[in-house]
Amino acid sequence: MSTHAKTETPIYGYLAEFDDKDALFACCKAARAKGLTEIEAYTPTPLHGLTDILGYRNYVPHLVFLGGLAGAVTAFGLCYWASVLEYPLNIGGKPFNSWQAFVVPTFETMILFASLTAVFGMLILNGLPQPYHPVFNVEKFARCTSDRFFFIVLARDPKFDLQATKRFLSEQKALSVDEVPH
Amino acid sequence: MSQTPQHTQSGHDQDALIGPGHTMATLTDKISDLVLTRKQPLQWFAVTGIASIFASLLLLTVLNLFFTGIGVWGPNNPVGWGFDIINFVWWIGIGHAGTLISAILLLLKQEWRTSINRFAEAMTLFAVACAGMYPLLHTGRPWLAYWLLPIPNSMGMWPQFRSPLIWDVFAVSTYATVSALFWYVGLIPDLAVFRDKAKGKLQKLIYGFLALGWRNAARHWDRYETAYLLLAGMSTPLVLSVHTVVSFDFAAGIIPGWHTTVFPPYFVAGAIFAGFAMVLTLAIPLRIWYGVGDLITDKHLDNMGKVLLATGWIVAYGYGVEAFMCFYSASTYEEFMLLNRLQGPYAFQYWSLLLTNLVIPQLMWVPKLRRNIWVLYLVAMSVNIGMWLERYVIIVVSLHRDFLPSSWGMYAGTRWDWAMFLGTLGFFTTAFMLFVRFLPMISIAEMKALVPHKPGLTTGGAHGRSHH
Repeated sequence: MSTHAKTETPIYGYLAEFDDKDALFACCKAARAKGLTEIEAYTPTPLHGLTDILGYRNYVPHLVFLGGLAGAVTAFGLCYWASVLEYPLNIGGKPFNSWQAFVVPTFETMILFASLTAVFGMLILNGLPQPYHPVFNVEKFARCTSDRFFFIVLARDPKFDLQATKRFLSEQKALSVDEVPH
Repeated sequence: MSQTPQHTQSGHDQDALIGPGHTMATLTDKISDLVLTRKQPLQWFAVTGIASIFASLLLLTVLNLFFTGIGVWGPNNPVGWGFDIINFVWWIGIGHAGTLISAILLLLKQEWRTSINRFAEAMTLFAVACAGMYPLLHTGRPWLAYWLLPIPNSMGMWPQFRSPLIWDVFAVSTYATVSALFWYVGLIPDLAVFRDKAKGKLQKLIYGFLALGWRNAARHWDRYETAYLLLAGMSTPLVLSVHTVVSFDFAAGIIPGWHTTVFPPYFVAGAIFAGFAMVLTLAIPLRIWYGVGDLITDKHLDNMGKVLLATGWIVAYGYGVEAFMCFYSASTYEEFMLLNRLQGPYAFQYWSLLLTNLVIPQLMWVPKLRRNIWVLYLVAMSVNIGMWLERYVIIVVSLHRDFLPSSWGMYAGTRWDWAMFLGTLGFFTTAFMLFVRFLPMISIAEMKALVPHKPGLTTGGAHGRSHH
């Protein structure tokens, strides 16, 4: 079914379903305590504190800062280059480098570049757009966009075990545990 | 589902932001059913049908403009700016309320924004599209409009970066881009909802394609919320800068009535004033036709009424300062401009503007009237008209009496001016109705954050709000 590169694991992972966010939080904590690292949670609405448990770093702000800086430098550079170096024109005796006037294009372009970086940076870091993903093979996963919470342990986790991981997930307050095929 | 003590917002029925009995699942179903399963109300067909006729009129006027030239419009010496600039400023001002609701109210943690931000953002997009048409078409030869952009060309020329008109190009194009990004990013999780809810194969395919494979992963949400919050943080100064730059188009000129420092804040407040009026104009019918009174509640209408009142008074302050400065300047031309406004040939427009923008909105002092949709609608329409008249007065009255009486003249919109204005109204309404038909008009993912989904539990706020 998958067109992805050949994978060595027999399945993609195990997906546990919850109807309660506290149970999901508990499951995430238990999984971390067990030393599982290749894990992810899926929630209908953002839940704060979840990513702290899962362990990850968010680089979106850094990218946006760089994007804004690039925009400001580009726009001011453009104004300066065009008005001072490339085609200096005396307009009413104003200085060629009318930096006060250049603030406006600089500001607007800074916002433009930073916003584009925020959106496309977020999408790229999230690996989107991604037309295919194994979790969609589990039919009940569609309820994730409605009111259900999900938790997955990937088979590529070094501590993953076909029996032990399934047992671990069943011991949580999960409604169901499903195998996720590739 | 019982109300939780943490959710004090929902404690009072009258002030509830969301109707009782909603869970995450019912919200998802309710908002997605409006598009995916429910038949559209008859009014949808009526409004879209009529609006698309006017949208076709826009096409006709634009064709006529291209083949004949901008002589079909009214502007001439001495009134060189007419409907084109009036409507440009009017439309872009309307757009600003969408950004204000999305961005500024988000930063201020105003939870009531949640059910109105989506369609207000859509309103922004379509309003900016209408606004953008005017300066482009006013160039007369829009196929050369790229001359406005700093692109290397065979003439070796560059735009004049010291001119507010070029600042406008930067401000408006950035604003259009950022508004579209903001809107689309907000839509992604809801498009995923539609993908999962859709029954038809084609529906699933299209919504799935647009959702970009969004799957609600926790790490994705985290980056998503960061990006959304940063966009809000950047849109806020952006929206203020856009209307400030628009006001510079006037304030940087030496025309009496334009050359004042009060213009930037006064224009920004006017934009929000006009935009909230348009949000109400759209929200009230939607609420009735689609039965979403439990999502766009009386509390929302009440709050919007208050915003109208507050921004209306800032605008009123602007009128006061304008008049005062005319006398204080001790300039004959400024004094004459004011007297001319009060009793000149366009006095009717000026007094109508004061009536519609200043007097009628005072009804919003009364709490009962803020919750009466008929009164609210009346006030909203009054402000829509008033803000149009305001731009008319600013532009036409200042220009039609030049410094020398030998160059005095009169201005009136021609039938093509009116046709194009009606055309943009038709385009705006058609686009908005199509949005309502095919996309979630209320943000599903964000509304879920307002639901107490289990007793004793609270959800994290969508888009960067902290825990309750």
